[in-house]
Amino acid sequence: MSAINREQVAHLAELAHIEMTEEELARVAGELDLIVSSVASVSQAAGPDVPATSHPLPLQNVFREDVVGETLTQEEALSNAPDSQDGKFRVPAILDGE
Amino acid sequence: MSEDVLSFEEAMERFDPVLGFEVHVELNTNTKMFDAAPNTFGDEPNTNITPVSLGLPGVLPVVNGKAVESAIKLGLALNCSIAEKCHFARKNYFYPDTPKNFQTSQYDEPIAFDGQLELELEDGTPFTIEIERAHMEEDAGKLTHVGGATGRIQGAAYSLVDYNRSGVPLIEIVTKPIVGAGSRAPELARVYVAAIREIVKNLGISDARMERGNVRCDANVSLMPKGTTEFGTRSETKNVNSLRAVERAVRFEIQRHAAVLSAGEKIVQETRHWHEDTRSTTSGRPKSDADDYRYFPEPDLVPVVTTEAWIEELRAQLPEPPAQRRKRLKAEWGYSDEEFRDVVNAGVMDEIEQTIATGASPAVARKWWMGEIARLAKQAEVEIVDLPVTPAHVVEVNALIDEGKINDKLAKKVIGFVVEGEGSPSEIVEARGLAVVSDDGALTAAVDDAMAQMPDVVEKIKGGKVQAVGALIGPVMKATRGQADAGRVRQIILEKLGVQG
Amino acid sequence: MSERIVELSAADLAAKLASGDVSSVDAVNAHFEQIDATEGQAVDSADPHKGTDGLNAFLHRNREEALQVAQDVDQARANGEQLHELAGVPIAVKDLIVTKGQPTTAASRMLEGWMSPYDGTVTKKLRAAKMPILGKTNLDEFAMGSSTEHSAYGPTRNPWDLNRIPGGSGGGSAAAVSAFQAPLALGTDTGGSIRQPAAVTGTVGVKPTYGSVSRYGVIAMASSLDQVGPCSRTVLDSALLHEVVAGHDPQDSTSLNDPVGSFAAAARQGAEDGGLKGLRVGVVKQLTGDGFQTGVQQRFNEAVELLQSAGAEVVEVETPNFEYALGAYYLIMSSEVSSNLAKYDGVRFGLRVVPEGNPTIERVMGASRAAGFGDEVKRRIILGTYALSAGYYDAYYGSAQQVRTLVQRDFNAAFEKVDVLISPTAPTTAFKIGGVDESADPMQMYLNDIATIPTNLAGIPAISLPGGLAPEDGLPVGIQFMAPAREDARVYRAGAGLERLLNEKWGGPVWSSRGDVATTVRDFAAGAALGGK
Repeated sequence: MSAINREQVAHLAELAHIEMTEEELARVAGELDLIVSSVASVSQAAGPDVPATSHPLPLQNVFREDVVGETLTQEEALSNAPDSQDGKFRVPAILDGE
Repeated sequence: MSEDVLSFEEAMERFDPVLGFEVHVELNTNTKMFDAAPNTFGDEPNTNITPVSLGLPGVLPVVNGKAVESAIKLGLALNCSIAEKCHFARKNYFYPDTPKNFQTSQYDEPIAFDGQLELELEDGTPFTIEIERAHMEEDAGKLTHVGGATGRIQGAAYSLVDYNRSGVPLIEIVTKPIVGAGSRAPELARVYVAAIREIVKNLGISDARMERGNVRCDANVSLMPKGTTEFGTRSETKNVNSLRAVERAVRFEIQRHAAVLSAGEKIVQETRHWHEDTRSTTSGRPKSDADDYRYFPEPDLVPVVTTEAWIEELRAQLPEPPAQRRKRLKAEWGYSDEEFRDVVNAGVMDEIEQTIATGASPAVARKWWMGEIARLAKQAEVEIVDLPVTPAHVVEVNALIDEGKINDKLAKKVIGFVVEGEGSPSEIVEARGLAVVSDDGALTAAVDDAMAQMPDVVEKIKGGKVQAVGALIGPVMKATRGQADAGRVRQIILEKLGVQG
Repeated sequence: MSERIVELSAADLAAKLASGDVSSVDAVNAHFEQIDATEGQAVDSADPHKGTDGLNAFLHRNREEALQVAQDVDQARANGEQLHELAGVPIAVKDLIVTKGQPTTAASRMLEGWMSPYDGTVTKKLRAAKMPILGKTNLDEFAMGSSTEHSAYGPTRNPWDLNRIPGGSGGGSAAAVSAFQAPLALGTDTGGSIRQPAAVTGTVGVKPTYGSVSRYGVIAMASSLDQVGPCSRTVLDSALLHEVVAGHDPQDSTSLNDPVGSFAAAARQGAEDGGLKGLRVGVVKQLTGDGFQTGVQQRFNEAVELLQSAGAEVVEVETPNFEYALGAYYLIMSSEVSSNLAKYDGVRFGLRVVPEGNPTIERVMGASRAAGFGDEVKRRIILGTYALSAGYYDAYYGSAQQVRTLVQRDFNAAFEKVDVLISPTAPTTAFKIGGVDESADPMQMYLNDIATIPTNLAGIPAISLPGGLAPEDGLPVGIQFMAPAREDARVYRAGAGLERLLNEKWGGPVWSSRGDVATTVRDFAAGAALGGK
């Protein structure tokens, strides 16, 4: 398992939408490297014949009736919005203006 | 960046196109895919939402059972295998229209896979499309871009988000690569999307209105130099939202690819946006490792497990498949091959079937749908079914003719006013005073005028040549601007001249 | 009088409420007096993020509403209405559970000031039972941590030693119950966040079977591991609270569609003679020995001997795959965290930070998340993003899900031989605040959860109860029982049985030897003021 470098963390931070300073990137790279090497043995634990368990208990086919339930009012929906306009959530430009 | 295009003919001489489609179908369930918010089009913004559709802290999804059944039915209609067990998965990406910043979808275990769809091109040529998969997922909210040119995202100062559509159930149908269409590729694209639309409508699982985004197509195009078999780099043209646009977009991309490749350049693997106004595509964003969606099984949902019994129960509910139905209707209506193909291509088979079911003859139904209504659609550059004319309107118009209230010529006008949203045919006839004139006073005056001007004709009639009466009816009709009841005019003339009809 | 009320167990308080000896308003007032006397003062009145010079167990106090509910209960009782057994008994709620009308912060700057427009299912159940909610308790930010030091609103202090951590993530709930601020509290347990705080504060905490309690309205950390559970000072009290909040919820797809078990009856039976006789108890070999503090191991061994002397059949069981459990847990948990916490982007709710210039939404999201999340949350999001990213999925997330299968198999094999498993809850007693340098080695902190994590991976129930004080530091030690899925009643029966034996051995509950917490807090605050800090 190769060591995790600053560039990798920068890429992960971009995927995760968390801005990081140079200092943070370097620090997190070190921490992540330590964690990853500590948990690396996990990949050797099970052979290919062992199925994956994604849910702790084996439930299946949990469905909802197609019946309309209680909704939020527009006021409730927007009550915690950092910014809103015309009954909608307002966000800064999606694309760079330049 | 070069946006040159080669002529389609030249492109076809040098290259073979490879197509692929991802069609998103919005289901017409009462509620959303994972919560009990209403699945309703066009309400006040941010009112058709629950804490779940808004992705508030602490919320959990629960699968809409009807949506799952719709997906299975669609899978069966596309001759797919239905998964014995499948999971939902999270597709992780940040975008302001996606409340959780992941889309709940399916990844390596779609509900339906390995299907095929038999199509007929306009001239009856058969073509088989292999279906890779159909999977369940949820729609995103709707963005409005403010402050830029004409609502485009480019140059906008800010955007507004309405989450009413967020969580609406979608089924995404993905084809395997389609080769061998050659110069029929654009037509095939349209026919394929039309077939999907027809199937989901026939199944009753979607309203299938393309102009509302109920059926949305992403079209993948790549080219291979003639004689080679290795697929080229593809572009993905997003959200092509009418049948006409699908055909045009595929045609444009083929021409654009051909120009790029012929110039010795490389196709960039990217998303393209279709513009109806310029009938061309522009570059979206290139595919990059930012497309690392980090799919993993949705831990808040449990697997869907199907049984043979459940699938058979759903299969038994399937309506007659469209191809089979076409064969049956053609025989029942007695249309010729060509007449029937025109009806199918015009997309008005359902309308004609309903028109006949509501009381018109097959001939009458065809006459109106393929005649005046088709002409109006062509004039407006829309699909016939997108006009607000219903089978009930046609039957009503026909009844008005039978009753002698209007004639064919007036009927065409009435349909024009129906299209313009003036109401039902009877209302229009009433409001506009379009009924044929059978008021004897007005008619008698017109008849007297006509007889005075054509004494020779009057003499012929008097002499027993009754068929000459037509020469008098013409001027009467002209004088009454076509609103005269021709039968009544004839009667008046004959009475006046004391001739037996 | 009020001193006595707050020291009552929930069951005893409920009995006094029912008999009319105590009113619910008195009970609520008494607990607020204790809260006021132990919470301390804000270190910096202008900055809520620095915490207090006292316990700092509460992030929000809900005095008015709690008193209103108490009044309603007293009135209803006076009218002779039939009420829930726990009606009028106050409760504290971990600030990860959403409550309409009160703030919910998850101890994060990200949700500072956020008011939920809806109630969580467990919140609704508390309201239906007419239990006054005293307030929202402190935790590690988004429940990520084992010490409550990762709260954005200052650490919670351990009532046994204010320089020490109360465990985490549910340190606020455990400290509140331990310090008589509340007889009951709700916690959430993803890798031990109810049980490890219970262990280090000398209280009881239960992680129910996954799906026993609805997660709807519980801010998700790791969906396949999170479970709501009770915190209390007695086993019976946890059983009573578990019955209030358990049950099928159609809004949680992972909720079990089982009838709620008779947990209180099981606890009462366990406290009777015979609760332990013939009970087959498995000591988990992999959760003893190396890495466990001497005094913890000693008290654990004594507890096992007590069980044996009471007629339990004790054997040692092997769970070889537990060796991989911690690693698998961190991969699964962080992966789910990275996705569950994506919704905090400053668009619909929560903190929005707009950088200089004319930034795009991408940059606003990045800056908001950078400012809104603390270091530990970011660390886990980045780890999870890594574990799920293309090229690493199979090696990390995929393998971790396989380990989950192996851990379940270990448990299944063990439960073929025994009725319950037993281990120390945490490897050490409470450590000092700031005592673990996580940046130097983040895994050091994670090792606190070594004994609690396997049950979360397998979804099975477990209880932690006080096992006495470690001789070397005089701090509480926790003993954990584990049982097969859906056999929550078993951990109450075994837990109540052992609780009774230990109380007999030590001459009372573990806290009876502890000094008055209000006095400790006063002295601590005075000392801190003298120390100039």
